[in-house]
Parts: sequence; structure tokens; C-alpha cells
Amino acid sequence: MKIVVAGEQKEVKDSLTVSELIELEKVETPEYVTVSVNEEFINSETFDSHVLKEGDEVEFLYFMGGGR
Amino acid sequence: MRITIKRADYERMLAHALAESPDEACGLIAGDDSEDGVREIRKVYLLTNEDHTNEHFSINPREQLEAVKDMRTQGLKPLGNWHSHPESPSRPSEEDIRLANDSKASYLILSLMEEDNPVLNAFHIENASVEKTIRKEELVIIEEEENG
Repeated sequence: MKIVVAGEQKEVKDSLTVSELIELEKVETPEYVTVSVNEEFINSETFDSHVLKEGDEVEFLYFMGGGR
Repeated sequence: MRITIKRADYERMLAHALAESPDEACGLIAGDDSEDGVREIRKVYLLTNEDHTNEHFSINPREQLEAVKDMRTQGLKPLGNWHSHPESPSRPSEEDIRLANDSKASYLILSLMEEDNPVLNAFHIENASVEKTIRKEELVIIEEEENG
């Protein structure tokens, strides 16, 4: 199936989960990554069970923060 | 690394930081990396500090998502982020270093510690190994007339 990852169309296997996509995309420091699918943020506890669908638009956002 | 920011963008960043003070203010920077090693900030995003305190900042992920999509639409490259230190110097804190996850990013820190003397510096931070690397970048504010 085709999905869009960070603005780029990609061909991936059917029923790919968010966790599998994170691995496939070699996302660095995934513990600091927020994932959105079709502009909805996905709870990290459901990365393993969230199955992507044809045409989904996925974004990986790195947590950005700090302190004084 | 030499990094440039337009005077008008710097002034917008400063105005936002002053308005948010005593809380830390934050945002993203986007632009281009030229072949001669100069990083040009072409757009500064003024975003919401989710923490709303003077001790921490976390960029609102919804606004971050919108900014990333805007960068893509405008053909800009994500270059890093910026935040203010209302009461401390313009240098990365231990928490700033710990949470600097992108070794390709520039981290801009705007200190408001000295009244009437804001200080903006840019840093390159690598924290992946035990040996952390923090390097100050050469930040240049480009005056409007120089920028055409």
C-alpha cells in the first residue's frame, strides 16, 4: 500500500504498524518522537497496535524542549 | 558553522521572548544550508511553550506539526530551534543538552538576563555519546539593507 511519510510517498507492506514504520524509517531516538497520522497524534502506548491504512499521512516530530 | 539571521527575524524573536517573560519562549528556525557552509535562517517560528514556566520549555507539538508542514510548502529546511533564558546566560543548560536530540540542528538561546542587553547565541550539540560536544556557532545578524 502507499502511505505518505514526512511529505514523501512510500510503498509499504499492508497492515504496517506505527512501530514497524519507526523501525523501517530508522527513526533515531524514537523515545523522543511524537507520531501523527492524518494530523492526529498517536499515543505512544499504541504504536505497536496502530495499523496504518492506504493513503495515511504520517509525520515524525522530535520532542523539542529544555530548561534554564 | 556560520549561521545568519535577518535583523527583522531577530527583533520578532526578541519581542516574543520579552512578551512571554518571565516564562521561557520558544520556536523553530528554518532556511537553507549553503555549499560554503553558511546556514541561513529564512524564517523564524514563534511557538507556544507548553510548560508556561521560567524553568522549562516544550514546544507545542500541534504548532510544531503546522510549522514543519509550512517549511515543506515553502521549500525551507528545518534548521533547529530557539528558546529564551529569561534569567540565565545564553548557553545550553544541562537539560538543554540532555534534550538536544538532533546533532544536525542549531540551537539558538536568547538570554534576557541583562536588562537592555539581550544576548543571542547559536550552539551545535551532540549528546549521543558519553562524551558530549557543545560548540558555539558564529551567529551573524544581517541588517535589512545588506539582505536586499
